[in-house]
Order: sequence, then structure tokens, then C-alpha cells
Amino acid sequence: MRKQIPLLLTFLAGTIPIFAFFVPERHVGLVSTGLDSWLIIVYGFALLLGVVNVVQMNTNKIKRRASGWPYSIVLLAGLVIMGSFGLLGSFDVFGGIATRPDGSSTPFNWLYTNAFLPLQGTMFALLAFFMASASYRAFRARNVEATILLIAALIVMFGRIPFGEMVSKWFPIVTEWIMGKPNMAAQRGIMIGAALGAASMALRVILGIERSYLGIGKGE
Amino acid sequence: MPDFARQAKLLLLFSRGLLRRWGIRSIPPETFTTTLLIGSVVTLTLLWPSGPASCQSPPADISEQPSLHETTGEKSEEGDAPPLAEEITLLSAQEVIARDAPSDEGGAIVVTWIEPEGAEELGARGLKYEVLRSESPEGEFEVVGELEAGQNEFLDMGLVDGQAYFYRIRSVLGSHRAESAQTEAAFSQGNWFRRYRLNTLVLVIVFSSLVLYYIARARRAKRVYIRKIAGLNAVDEAVGRATEMGKKILYIPGIMSMDEMQTIASLAILGHVARLSATYNADLEVPNKDPLTFAAARETVKEAYLEAGRPDLYREEIVNYVTYDQFAYTASVTGKMVRERPATNFLIGSFYAESLLLAETGQTCGAIQISGTAEVHQLPFFVVACDYTLIGEELYAASAYLSREPVLLGSIKGQDITKFLLIIALCLGVVFESLGLGFIKTAFRMQ
Repeated sequence: MRKQIPLLLTFLAGTIPIFAFFVPERHVGLVSTGLDSWLIIVYGFALLLGVVNVVQMNTNKIKRRASGWPYSIVLLAGLVIMGSFGLLGSFDVFGGIATRPDGSSTPFNWLYTNAFLPLQGTMFALLAFFMASASYRAFRARNVEATILLIAALIVMFGRIPFGEMVSKWFPIVTEWIMGKPNMAAQRGIMIGAALGAASMALRVILGIERSYLGIGKGE
Repeated sequence: MPDFARQAKLLLLFSRGLLRRWGIRSIPPETFTTTLLIGSVVTLTLLWPSGPASCQSPPADISEQPSLHETTGEKSEEGDAPPLAEEITLLSAQEVIARDAPSDEGGAIVVTWIEPEGAEELGARGLKYEVLRSESPEGEFEVVGELEAGQNEFLDMGLVDGQAYFYRIRSVLGSHRAESAQTEAAFSQGNWFRRYRLNTLVLVIVFSSLVLYYIARARRAKRVYIRKIAGLNAVDEAVGRATEMGKKILYIPGIMSMDEMQTIASLAILGHVARLSATYNADLEVPNKDPLTFAAARETVKEAYLEAGRPDLYREEIVNYVTYDQFAYTASVTGKMVRERPATNFLIGSFYAESLLLAETGQTCGAIQISGTAEVHQLPFFVVACDYTLIGEELYAASAYLSREPVLLGSIKGQDITKFLLIIALCLGVVFESLGLGFIKTAFRMQ
């Protein structure tokens, strides 16, 4: 029963949306949208489970003075402060969670704008540096394929900046051709293969042939 | 007809000659079946009109009556807009038809009409159409919609199934009004099939049949060949490396939830990695961004340790939750990479902007990295920064490849045959489209 019930639920959760895709009948649609609502409820509980896990893990780390334990204090402090302002704000304490009617920031909004967003922006900005180092490694002309890649990349980079167009009007034209033809053809090839792979996997999961995601392996 | 027969015979002879030239003397039954099935897709789709508007002819109870009223510069009672500078003739909409909206869940009626003469010219001067509805032919008509000139279709929703509705179209230009004749009673009703998705249904049936056929064939102990996938062959080596070095294995299952097939495929690989880790007593860690994936990954790893016969090695900390924010998660995982220097990183699942941040940090830390995703825009980043990359469909084939179960391998074979048929359809599509014949494109158009 421990294996049969999850497999039955998977079968139902997989077939109902497919059925609803083809059948416009109202009741079928209601069942399908009902499933979506259940997903949101399950999601909420799973998130709670996640928060409990974060608190447990980091509390244990601090107790054991495990390596990097000061980071856990920062994490828990962030969780408690942001969580408290968010929770209290949802009960309209401190003027809510967005801005107040007079335009001033609520504590939650202030922390979000002045602490969270800059940190997030910093992480995203790192991408430019990582891209440069990855490009340097990828574009070394070690063999014929790498050389072709290097040339194509140079043309595309020149074609995408005003300087390239200034040097030659051909750069943007060739860039468009590279992006629209060989690049797009390769991308679509991968996408078609991946879509078929995903459909095949979905079929295996719905029919209970693929069970490894449940931790049940080797066709039990 | 004789011409058609002669052409068909010539085509048959030509095909046979071509097959013999390629050294094919007889066609295997499965190839014949699949060709027949794909043929049926194209034929059925061509025979069955696919557009929502064309999939249902108007019901018999719908009238197409000429207009009753025509006004010439007539001022409406309630109209307080200034009269137009010049005298105009405003005609009413023609052939107003109301019918049940096709392929829907019910509660909707489509009203169509033909615009009056000179509508294009009057449209520039502000011609509008008001859709009037009543529940009885003698009842009061109320305005249920207003459309600009140039439009001739209105979808009236939120109706009661089985209730009769009557419609009129009123042309409005300033103070001028011209009302069409009313339609006969139209009834809305729910439908049981979206006809415009017939081609998708046929393709789903063909694809599923092929996959199931090859699964059944594999069950009958037929050997299924699958090419080597370097990335998956390296999984054992990567786990072994971490064991020898006494360092951690970091498994990142992407950032998406369990409704994403890539995440499910990733968890299948995680099960294998966890089994190996349990067997070798290697240190595994699975940080998660999505709470549902976290719950599922925890079960997968727990079961894997149990299956490997080492439930004593399982700890709750192996699978942990980090945060729901994409970049906060990235910061946590990259920080872990830099501080703890894992020997092996698995980045398998659905990734977005964080892909390069994670892969490049892992690369600078000297870890062996195996990545896999079906996100085409993230693949170049993984190819550049990782030692092995599972590209697209290889990710979905991983569980079959790693388990070597004939039943799972059979499904890969079915998938490959479908891909082969699609390649043929693509080539034919290119040829026919170049000749100006668009029926293959129509057959595969999804709505």
C-alpha cells in the first residue's frame, strides 16, 4: 500500500490535466483547477516544512559550534527580523508590508528595498565577471571546433554593439544569420529532443513504470 | 481517376526502387506500423478542419435575415452628441448569426455579422457596434458588448446553458443608430472535445503507442541498445573520487518545483547518486530551493540509503532547505562550495540565471562537475564550466540508462522512433512548404 497509493495518486494527478486539455466540459475543468488549488495548499505546508528545517539545521549548527556557525546566526536573525515584520505587517501592524499612505516605507518594505534588493543585485552582477572568465576559457582556439566557436562569438559580439556596425554594416547582418539560422536550428533540435524526452518520462511516471523519483528503484 | 491511379503506381514503383537501392528488401512490421500511424495523423488532421471557427457549421435554428432598420441622419432620442457635419447613410450589420461557441465548457455564444457597406470609411469617423441581447424575442434588448468598426465577432460569456438568447447588432456613429434584425434563438451548451486539438490527440496517441509497444517488446526480453552517455558513465567515477578524497558531494537538483519534468528526472539521478554514496559511505549534501522538491528529495535519499542497506548513515542534514529566493539560494550554495571545497558537484535539473554562477564557482574550486539541463539557454554555460553535461533528452534518459532496466530502455527506443518520424515530417514539411503546399505545417499546428 505504501507504494501503490503514491503511484495511484501520481496516475490521477497526471491524467486529469491531460484529460482536461482535450475535454472542455465544465466538471472536468473544475477537477483540474481543483488539483491546482490542492497544489498551492500542499506547497504552503511544504514551505513550512522548509522553514522548520532551516531553523533546526542552523540552531544545531550554532549549538555544536560547527564550522561557519556565525553565518547561521546571521541567517536566523534575517529570518526572524524579516519574518516578524512581514507577519506583523500582514495584520496591518507598522502600516502593512508595502508603503504607507503618506509614501513612507514600512519596516518590511524598507528592509526589502535597502537590504534585500541590493544583495540580490550584487549576486546578479557577479554574473558579468563569471561570464568573462567562462568566455575566456571557452574561446581559446585549441582545435578547429573551438576556433569556429571563437570566430562566431567574435562576429556576434561585434554585431550586437554599435561599434561593430560602425566598422562594417555586415556585422549585424551576419550576426542575425548566425543567431537565426545555425544557432536556432541547433536550439530547436535540442528542444524537440528534450520535449520528446520529457513526454516519454511523463508517460513512464504516469503509468508507474518510472519510480526512481519516489526512491523506489529497479522496477519494484 | 485513371491519372491518379497511374501516379500512385508510379510513386509506388519509385519508392520500391529507392528502397532496393538503399538495400532494404523488406520493411519490418514495426516500421510499417509507425509509418501507417504517422500517415493517419496527417490524413486525419487534413480531413478534420482544425480552426475553432471552422469546426462547427452553424446550427439550423440560426437565421440570416436582412436588416430591418436603416437610418439616414436620424437622431436618436437619447443621443446628445453633435450631429455630423454632412448627411450620411448608416446601414445596419448584415447576416447576424448567433451560435453556441464551439469546443468550450458551455455558457458562451458567438455572434458574427457582416459589416455594412462603407464601414471601413465610417470606422475612421468613429463607427461602433453595440451587441444587444434579450432572453425573449419581444423582450427588452440590453447592450452586452461594444466593438470598434472592423470587428465582426463577439463572444458572449457567462450565459446559462439551455436558455434561449436573441441578439441584434446596432451600428452607432455619433447620434446615428442602425439596428440589425434579431437572430433566432441561440443556446449555449458544453462540449466534450476540443476539436481543434485533434491533431495533438492523434500525436499523443501515436507517441504513447510507440513508447508502450517498445516497453512491451523490452518486457519480452529483447535486447535494447542505448548509446554511451559520457556524463552518466562518469557518475560512479565522480562519487568514487569524492569518497577517496574524503570530501563532500554536492547535489543541486535545480531551482524548480516538482511540476517540472527536469526536476523529476533529476531526482531519479539523485536516487542513484545517493545509493552510491551510501554504499561507499561518501558525504552527500542536497541543498534545495523549492520546498516541494526538498520534501521529495528527502524521501528519495532516505529510500536510497535504505535500499543500499545503510539506513544508519542517513542524516536529516543530507537534504536541507535553503531559501525560496533564487539569488539567496545561489549565494548560499556558492558560499558552501568556496568554504567546504566539495570534490564533486552535480548540477542536474532546471536552472536559470544562477547556472553560470554555480558552475563557474564549482570550476574554480576544482570540483569534478556533472551537469544536466533541458534549458537551451543555460546549456552553453554548463558546457563551458562543467566536465560533463547531459544535454536535453540525455537528462530524461538518465534513469533508464543508470538502472539498465529493459522496460525503461524500451521507452527510450519508442521515443527515438518518434523522433525519427518527426525528422521525416520536418524534411517533408521543408520540401512541401518550398513548393507552396502548407498541409504538413497545418497538420502540426497546435492550438
